[in-house]
Amino acid sequence: MNLEINVEESNGIVFLHIKGEVDLYSSPDVRKKIFEIVKHKAPVILVNLEQVKYMDSSGVATLIEGLQQSNKYNGRFALYGLQNNVKEVFELTRLDKIFAIYPDRDSAIGKKDA
Amino acid sequence: MQEPIISIRDLHTRYGNREVLKGINLDIYPYETLVILGRSGCGKSTLLRHLIGLNKPSQGDILIKNKNLVTASEQERDNILKNLGMLFQGSALFNSMTVGENVALPLKEHTPQPDSTIKIMTRIKLGLVGLAGFENFMPSELSGGMKKRAALARALAMDPEILFCDEPSAGLDPIVAAGIDHLVLKLKKAFKMTIVVVTHELESVFLIADRIALMHQGEFLFVGTKQEMKASDNPFVRQFLERRPDDDEVDKDKYLKSLVGTL
Repeated sequence: MNLEINVEESNGIVFLHIKGEVDLYSSPDVRKKIFEIVKHKAPVILVNLEQVKYMDSSGVATLIEGLQQSNKYNGRFALYGLQNNVKEVFELTRLDKIFAIYPDRDSAIGKKDA
Repeated sequence: MQEPIISIRDLHTRYGNREVLKGINLDIYPYETLVILGRSGCGKSTLLRHLIGLNKPSQGDILIKNKNLVTASEQERDNILKNLGMLFQGSALFNSMTVGENVALPLKEHTPQPDSTIKIMTRIKLGLVGLAGFENFMPSELSGGMKKRAALARALAMDPEILFCDEPSAGLDPIVAAGIDHLVLKLKKAFKMTIVVVTHELESVFLIADRIALMHQGEFLFVGTKQEMKASDNPFVRQFLERRPDDDEVDKDKYLKSLVGTL
C-alpha cells in the first residue's frame, strides 16, 4: 500500500492527511474520502500534502473535484505543505491560481482565502 | 552509479535476410532525454517499436525498470507498457473519436478512474499542450501541429514514466516544430519523465537532448553528450554534423551490370 489517508476533525475544521504517492491507482481512495467529507458539507477542509512525495494528474483532478463539491455549498477547501515536485505540477497546470495553497498547517488555519 | 530505467542488451532483429539491428546495447537513465539520431532507414524507428513492445527481436533483451519486455508474459507486458507513453510519427489519433475521447481512451481502458475525474484529467492534458477548449473537435478539424499536440496529450494521458517520441517534428513547419520541442522540454521538467526521441533533425536534437545515440546501419556509432558529439572525430559523426552527402563514387562495372543485367 503506497497511500495512507487519515481524517482529523479539530475546531470545526476537517483535516485530510495524505501520506505516500497519489497516482492513477491510489487517487480513487482519496476521492472516496473527500466525497465522504463533502457529503456532510464540512465548512472547512484542509488537505495536508506534507507527506505526499508524488502526485500525478489523477491526484490533481481528484482535488479539483473536491474543490468543486465544496464550492457548491460555499465551503472552504485548501491545500498545505506541498513538496516542491508536487508544487511544480500545480504551477505547470496553473492550478496554483485556482486552489488556496499554504506552506503549513498554521498558515492554512489562520489565513482566509483570497 | 544510477541504475538505468531502460537497458537494451545485444538486440538483434532481422527482416527476412536483412539484419536491421545488429546487437544493440544501450542504457537509458531516469529523467534524461536521450535522442536516437540517424539517417532514414538506419533502424532507429525499428528500435523504438521494440522498446514499446510492438516488435519482437530475433535475439537480445530489453529491460524496462528491471523487467524484461522480451520474455514477459502478456500480463507482465501490459504492466510494463502502462508506464510508457508513445507519440507516433503520424499522430495515430482515432479519426472517429473527438480529441477529448482520444485522450481519455487509455484512462478508460486501463485505470479505475471515474468519468468525472477522467474528464478533468483530459482537460488538464489538453491545456498543457495548448489545446484547451478543443476536446470536442474531431482530428480532421485540426492542423498538423495541433494533431501532434493532441497525440502528445494522449501519450501523456496515463502520466507515463517514460515517453517515446517518433520524429515529433516531422512534417511540421519550423515554428510549429520548435513549439513541439519546447513543449517536450516543459513537460519533462514538470512530470520528471524519461524521454526517448527518435529523429534526424539536428536543430531539434541540440535543443532537447541530454545525450545522443547516433545509429548507423543497425549499430550505435556514438553515444554521448551534445558537447562530446560536437568534439567527436568519428567520420560519420562529422558527416552527419556537417550535413555532407555521401561520396558519389561509382563502380563502373557494377553500375553497368545493374542496368543491362550482364556484361
